[in-house]
Amino acid sequence: MAPAMSDIMTPDAAELAKDAPGEGRAPLAEGTAEHDLFIGLARLGDNTLILGHRVSEWCGHSPVLEEDIALANMALDLIGQTQLWLGLAGEVEGAGRDADALAFRRDAWDFRNILLVERPNGDFGQTLMRQFLFDAWHAPMLTALEGSSDDRIADIARKAGKEVAYHIERSADLVIRLGDGTEESRARMQTALDTLWPYVGEMFIGDVTDARLASAGIMPAPESLRSAWDASVDQVLAEATLTRPESTFAHKGGRQGRHTEHMGHLLAPMQWLQRAYPGARW
Amino acid sequence: MVAGVDQVWAWLGEVPDPEIPVISLTDLGIIRGVAYQGDTLVVTVTPTYSGCPATSVINFEIAKKLRDNGVSDLRLERQLSPPWTTDWITPEARAALKAYGIAPPIDGTAADGVIAGRIARLSGDNLRVECPRCGSTATEKVSQFGSTPCKASYRCTDCLEPFDYFKCI
Repeated sequence: MAPAMSDIMTPDAAELAKDAPGEGRAPLAEGTAEHDLFIGLARLGDNTLILGHRVSEWCGHSPVLEEDIALANMALDLIGQTQLWLGLAGEVEGAGRDADALAFRRDAWDFRNILLVERPNGDFGQTLMRQFLFDAWHAPMLTALEGSSDDRIADIARKAGKEVAYHIERSADLVIRLGDGTEESRARMQTALDTLWPYVGEMFIGDVTDARLASAGIMPAPESLRSAWDASVDQVLAEATLTRPESTFAHKGGRQGRHTEHMGHLLAPMQWLQRAYPGARW
Repeated sequence: MVAGVDQVWAWLGEVPDPEIPVISLTDLGIIRGVAYQGDTLVVTVTPTYSGCPATSVINFEIAKKLRDNGVSDLRLERQLSPPWTTDWITPEARAALKAYGIAPPIDGTAADGVIAGRIARLSGDNLRVECPRCGSTATEKVSQFGSTPCKASYRCTDCLEPFDYFKCI
């Protein structure tokens, strides 16, 4: 299936990125250990930031009050984890940028999140399915990071891992309830799964930065998380009476800073205040 | 006169948690250290949840309490490891939570992130949480996340009381 028009990045974005001014770009030289670490941390922190922001968009709009509160709380966990990951990324970079500067003052091409988390929320089922597909990766990722050779990363992973254990419990529970639910809810969950499936492969595709981080024992190779993810997903989909799509096609590029058009539309409201009034505090 | 470390602990034991005012910061187990580095009093605090919005209020309350008692040379440090656990909530605080209407954590029941072992529980064999109002265990989970990330929403099917359960973490 050809990607929808809105999924294609505006063609001149890559050129714009090259000409972008220094602010918002990592000054570390590519290929150095510090740059690899910065990118690895940005990938972690940008995933939780962008997903946290997406989930927060539900605040005040959920189908029932309890789910509205639950989604807001999950978003809060994710944003809290973002502060830890991007805070450390800023420290590693050493250019005086803190978590807020990285979150609110970078442009789309400097974000390193996977495309899955920038997908629009869709209906409640699609939001939950996206969360489950992410959580099934996030939980084993954090478990692996607990063994990082970098103690600062291991400490954050231990903290976040306890929170994410509840995220996956909730998202798996609801995917099962809605999948193995009414005809309507089952159909919506299957549609959500089919729609999001082309975006799961990116979680497991490593590049040279990943390879160097893995060989230094800092972060696991993305490929190494696939079997744990498959086990969780297969079990939950079976319980949910949903059919796992067969396609292995994977949209990718987010982890290298190539995003879909949705990313700009997400960043505009998220960053507006700090762009209009840089450094504003209250 | 410089306040002794024991005195500082006692003061911190008088600072209520901003969201659950019936328990103190020391009851909650989030004060991880009180020590002097030279003339500077260093209080080490660990966050409950990464995104807990009470964290900055807690730091403000700690500083206020100590400054009100004459401590002027003060530094607050954040410690992430070991991560906070509900196991550190004192027995007195658990009783206070229950009296306040919040079911206290049931130790050893934290989620572990491994879905395989949890599926049976997800499909019905739920945690037995006692209703803080009537004591019945005929209760059911409404949502994994309640009024804050640290609590789940429950209801009692006997007395119909909706209540928060302080989740194990």
